[in-house]
Amino acid sequence: MKLDVTAVTIFVVLFVLVTVMGFFAARWKRGDLSQLHEWGLGGRRFGAAVSWFLLGGDLYTAYTFVAVPALLFGAGASGFFAMPYTSLVWPILFLVMPRMWSVCQARGYVTAADFVRGRFGSRTLALAVAVTGIVATMPYIALQLIGIEVVIAALGLNYALHLGGLVLDLPLLAAFAILAAYTYSSGLRAPALIAVVKDVLIYGTVLAVIVVMPIELGGYERIFASVPPAKLLLAPPPHSSLGSYSAYASLALGSALALLLYPHAMTGILSSSSRDVIKRTAIAMPAYSLALGLLALMGYMAIAAGVSSQPAYAAGFKAFGASYAVPALLLHSFPSWMVGVSFAAIGIGALVPAAIMSIASANLFTRNIYREYIRPACSPAEESRTAKITSLIVKAGGLFFIILLPQTYAIVLQLLGGVWISQTLPAVMLGLYARWLRPSALLAGWAAGIGTGTFMVAQSSFKSAVTTIQLFGTAVPCYAAVAALAVNLAAAVGLSMLINVFSRAPQNDATLAEDYG
Amino acid sequence: MKRLRLHVLLLLVPLVLLWVPFYNRAEPDLAGIPFFYWYQMAWVPVTVLVTFFVYRLDRKAGR
Repeated sequence: MKLDVTAVTIFVVLFVLVTVMGFFAARWKRGDLSQLHEWGLGGRRFGAAVSWFLLGGDLYTAYTFVAVPALLFGAGASGFFAMPYTSLVWPILFLVMPRMWSVCQARGYVTAADFVRGRFGSRTLALAVAVTGIVATMPYIALQLIGIEVVIAALGLNYALHLGGLVLDLPLLAAFAILAAYTYSSGLRAPALIAVVKDVLIYGTVLAVIVVMPIELGGYERIFASVPPAKLLLAPPPHSSLGSYSAYASLALGSALALLLYPHAMTGILSSSSRDVIKRTAIAMPAYSLALGLLALMGYMAIAAGVSSQPAYAAGFKAFGASYAVPALLLHSFPSWMVGVSFAAIGIGALVPAAIMSIASANLFTRNIYREYIRPACSPAEESRTAKITSLIVKAGGLFFIILLPQTYAIVLQLLGGVWISQTLPAVMLGLYARWLRPSALLAGWAAGIGTGTFMVAQSSFKSAVTTIQLFGTAVPCYAAVAALAVNLAAAVGLSMLINVFSRAPQNDATLAEDYG
Repeated sequence: MKRLRLHVLLLLVPLVLLWVPFYNRAEPDLAGIPFFYWYQMAWVPVTVLVTFFVYRLDRKAGR
């Protein structure tokens, strides 16, 4: 990890560029930033092009671009579930989210919990949705910071400050401080504008990878031939088990259902200027899936290039494990200037989602905890100010996470976060269609889902989110989020029906049928 | 507005991807890329076409 001046210069210049853009963004599509929907949703003014960049920058995070190839590098074919996952998620966005946008627009809702509060008239259920969102997002932010950490280390920028037992990574702290400052001043407009730069860099990198790598490594045939045969395909399931097949399919489906429930996805969606924009964005989003699939193959390219056995990268692999596969491959195969560009793509690719995630959590805290429980009479300006400060606290939380705790904690919590956030599906997504659901039943289902899901992941000592269920004598390995969601749905729907049979109490629905567009 | 919109069911087509045994094999490969990998990537343009088709039908129906 020695210092490469050309690569570092390009990396720093691009970082400075996006910083300037981040502060400038406050003036873009100018609005009154002392209003929460202006700061936290960009005034709901983004057209199809900006929404596409924003959602792409938001949902295909730097961590994805490092972790998915790392999965293929380490585990092989089973890591490729990211591909069907991203094919499944966009039709859901297309179908469900225009309804969500319409009702939020009509009622001035800023978060999913706002919607739940209005639809079911239950502040407790809204609190459950808000807290789940915030808790699931925090480790996600931490993982973005790890993404930055990996590329900074790979560039050779190791300037650490030793404070007692703490090791503070100075370039990481600098990146974090800049990110915090422009998010505070510009709100969602900053990541929306920066996402454009990030995507240009990412697509440039993808193009370079698919052109340069096969030439350098002797074609795709050679690349796949260097992968151990046992890793190349999923292991066929043994007798009386669905084995890797059900695990793979449920991971794809569960991840697709979870993704749009994350607060940062909701923030991106609600910032669109119309429901038509959401539909058009959903049609064009798969372009990112293709980029992701091609980048995923970098895991195999790293095997073919043999980077893990080269002494130059030994320290990197020791520090970051398989996550170092992509940076090592880029260092190994690209000229310095391309290394600078592609590392900047990953680094800036971490800043965009980190900013949106902190804004989304801040919106949740401000709307559904602060204004609901602490200061019901707060003015719009106070609301916006609280959100700005909360965004700082959330990011600092993510930073402390990776400074104070071992990296594996963030990874485990992110795993659990996916299981937990899925449990808001009945209230948030089903709630868009079914007003007969009862808040107490939804709350019971949520609790049952969180409990079962956590228990299932705990059984693997928090190593894996795949749990094995016995169904009619067949072992069915299944993503815990999906299994827990089944329990959740059964409870929420069953109890709602029961309540509706025995109770004539009217629904407390503040929304009207025409709000849904 | 309450009319059942059957074409929306087209959005379920990508669920075909959940049938893993169908594509968990190496042959036929495409330019050296095993079936397992290119098949799943080929679904990306298919998904685009399906959603685009539904979008057009929605527009025609005046929604």
